[in-house]
Amino acid sequence: MAKLTMIKAITNALDEELGRDDKVQIFGEDVGKNGGVFRATDGLQKKYGPERVYDTPLAESGIIGLANGLAMQGFRPVPEIQFMGFVFEAFDQIAGQLARERFRMGGSRNFPVTIRTPFGGGVHTPELHSDSFEGLVAQVPGLRVVVPSGPYDAKGLLISSIRSDDPVIFLEHMKLYRSVKEEVPDKAYTVALDQAAVKREGTDVSIITYGYLVQASLQAAADLAKDGINAEVVDLRTIAPLDEDTILSSVRKTGRVVLVQEAQKQAGVSAQVAALIAEKGILSLDAPIKRVAAPDTPYPFSQGETVWLPNKQDIVNAVKETVNF
Amino acid sequence: MGQLDFEKLKHTPQYETLQVLNENGEIVNRDLMPDLTDEQLVELFKQMIWSRIVDDRSTKLNRQGRLGFFAPTAGEEASQMASNFAMTKDDYLLGGYRDVPELVKHGLPLAKAFMWSKGMVNGNKYEKELNAMPPQIIIGAQYVQTAGVALGLKKKGAKALAYTYTGDGGTSQGDFYEGMNFAGAFKAPALFVVQNNKYAISVPRELQTAAPVLAQKAVAVGIPGIVVDGMDALAVYSAAKQARDYIIAGNGPVMLETLTYRYGPHTLSGDDPKRYRTKEEEDAWHAKDPLVRMRKFLTDKGIWNQDQEDAYEQEVEKEINQAIQEVESQPAESVTEYLQNEFVETPPAIQKQIDEISTKEGK
Repeated sequence: MAKLTMIKAITNALDEELGRDDKVQIFGEDVGKNGGVFRATDGLQKKYGPERVYDTPLAESGIIGLANGLAMQGFRPVPEIQFMGFVFEAFDQIAGQLARERFRMGGSRNFPVTIRTPFGGGVHTPELHSDSFEGLVAQVPGLRVVVPSGPYDAKGLLISSIRSDDPVIFLEHMKLYRSVKEEVPDKAYTVALDQAAVKREGTDVSIITYGYLVQASLQAAADLAKDGINAEVVDLRTIAPLDEDTILSSVRKTGRVVLVQEAQKQAGVSAQVAALIAEKGILSLDAPIKRVAAPDTPYPFSQGETVWLPNKQDIVNAVKETVNF
Repeated sequence: MGQLDFEKLKHTPQYETLQVLNENGEIVNRDLMPDLTDEQLVELFKQMIWSRIVDDRSTKLNRQGRLGFFAPTAGEEASQMASNFAMTKDDYLLGGYRDVPELVKHGLPLAKAFMWSKGMVNGNKYEKELNAMPPQIIIGAQYVQTAGVALGLKKKGAKALAYTYTGDGGTSQGDFYEGMNFAGAFKAPALFVVQNNKYAISVPRELQTAAPVLAQKAVAVGIPGIVVDGMDALAVYSAAKQARDYIIAGNGPVMLETLTYRYGPHTLSGDDPKRYRTKEEEDAWHAKDPLVRMRKFLTDKGIWNQDQEDAYEQEVEKEINQAIQEVESQPAESVTEYLQNEFVETPPAIQKQIDEISTKEGK
C-alpha cells in the first residue's frame, strides 16, 4: 500500500491488466515510447513490448475503429483519446458503432473496449482540451460512462472497466491527475461499475456529483459542518446508466438536493438526475432541487475559466439556499 | 497468370483499366487470365447468376411488401461475386449495405439476410464461425474497422485477411483515408475494395474528387492501388486473387477499384435514377453486362449451356422461396430481448426498463 496520485493509480491499473490478460491492448497517440502526454502509460511499452502498447497514426476515428476491429478479433482494447475535446472525430466509431454493436448483432458478439480520455477544466489548456462532454456520451445507449473522483476509485474502476465485456468510456479529470493522493493497494482490486458511493454521510442535504467536483463538494461539506449543516456527498462514479437506488435513498434521507457538475447546464447529467428525482423521489423533497453548473457557453479561454468553473463556494452557497428554503 | 507489379503500384498510380474478358466474351489479356479450373469458372458464374436472380426477386418481394430495405446489385455481379470468390472463409468480411450477396456467399444464411432486410435484429445474430460484420450503413465506417480486424489477424499470426467494400462516394470520407492509412502504417493484411459504380445516390463520380482514378488514392498512403474492369469477372478475380496472395505473404494492404454500374436505383426507398442518369448511358453499360460476356465465354468453352442455366435458375428460385418462407414463419421480435441483449452485464437501471417493457409486451 502506498499513497499514490490518480495518474499513478491509473498506470498501475493498466499494468495489472496487461499482466493478467494477454488480450489487453493499449494504443493511441503518444502512448508508446512517450508514455502518454500525461504519462498514464509510462513505462508500459518497455515492460510489455510494442505488440501490446503502441502508438497509432494521428486520427481519432481510426483509433476507435481500430479498437472495434480488434474487439472483433477477440482482443480487449484500451484505446486512449488524448483529450476528450477530440472525441468528435471519433463520434461515429463510438456512438454509431461501438455502443450499438452488441445490440445490433442480437447479443452474438461482445465488444470489451475501454476508451480512456482526459477531460475537465482548471488546468489552463488551449481550446478544446478542457471540455466536459460527458453528457454527450452519457446519452448514447449501450455505453457505460465511468468517472472516478480520486486515486483509489480510479484504479478499481479502471480494472472493472477493462474486465467488463461491455464498452466503457472512462473519463479522467485532468485536475485530479496529480492534486490528490490516496492509499492505493499494490495488488489488483475492483470497484463495482453501476454503483454510486456515499463519500460523506450526512442528514441535511444531498450533494450529488462526480469527478473533480466530488473533491470540491467534500471540502464544501467540511466548511458547511462548521455552520452546523450536515451534508451528504454522493459520488455517481458511473454516470450512465445511473445508480438510481443510491440517489433516491440519499434523497429520502435528507429531503434536500444540490446537483453539482462542471459541464454546462443544458441537457447534462445533473438534468438527468433531477428528472429521476422528480419522477421517483419528489414526495421526499422539502425544497426545490438546486443545480450548480457552468454557464451555457463553450469552455472558455483560460483567462475566464476561474470564474466560469463551478467551485467550492458555489456549492456552499447553493446548499445554504436549499437548506434555508 | 502474370503478376501485377505491386511494389511499383505503391508509388506509381495505375491509370489504365485492366481487362481479361471483353464485352464479346473474348480473352484480351492472356497474361492476367486467372488459374481457375472449369468447375471453378462454372461456380463463379453460378454465383453471378444467383446474385442477379436474388436482386430481381428481392425487388419484387419488396414491392409486394414481403421484404424491407434493399439496395439493388444488378450490374455489379462481377465486381461483387468475383472479388469475394478470391477470398476464403477464414478471411473477415466488412461490407456495406449493397454487399449482401458477398455476405451470403461468405456464409450468412439467405434467410438471415432477408430478416435483416425486413428489420429483424435476429438476421444479425451471427454464428461464431462467420467471419463478418453485418452490412455497414455509415459510409466508410467499415474501412477503419477493417484496419483493426486486419491488425488483430496479424497479431494472431492468422493466414487470413480482412476485406471491405465501399463505393465511389465512400472514397470522399475521412474514414476511407484513415482506414487505409492505419492498415498501411501497421502493414496489416487488408484488402480495400472500391466499387466505383459512378454515382453516390445521384452525385456523379466527377463531383467526388479531382483525382482521375480513385485507385490513385492508395498511393497517398503508400499501398498499391489497382483499377480493373468491374464488369469483367475474370479481371476482378485475377486482381483480387493476386492482391490476396500479396497481402497474405505479409506485404501489407492493397486497394482495388472496380469500374462498374448499378442498373437499378440506389435503394428501393424512392430513388429514381431518371433524375440523374440518361437512358443512353444506361444502355451503354447494359452492353457491357458481366453475365452476358461470362456466359458467352463459358458457352464457347463448352462448359455451360442454356439447359444448365434453366435448371440452375429453378434451383435458385427454390432456395429463395424456402428462405422467404423461413423468414415469414419467424415470431415477432421482442423489445424485452433487445434490452436483454444490449449489455453482457445488464445495469440495474436497464433491468428496471426490462421489467417495464416486458409488462407492456405481456412477457
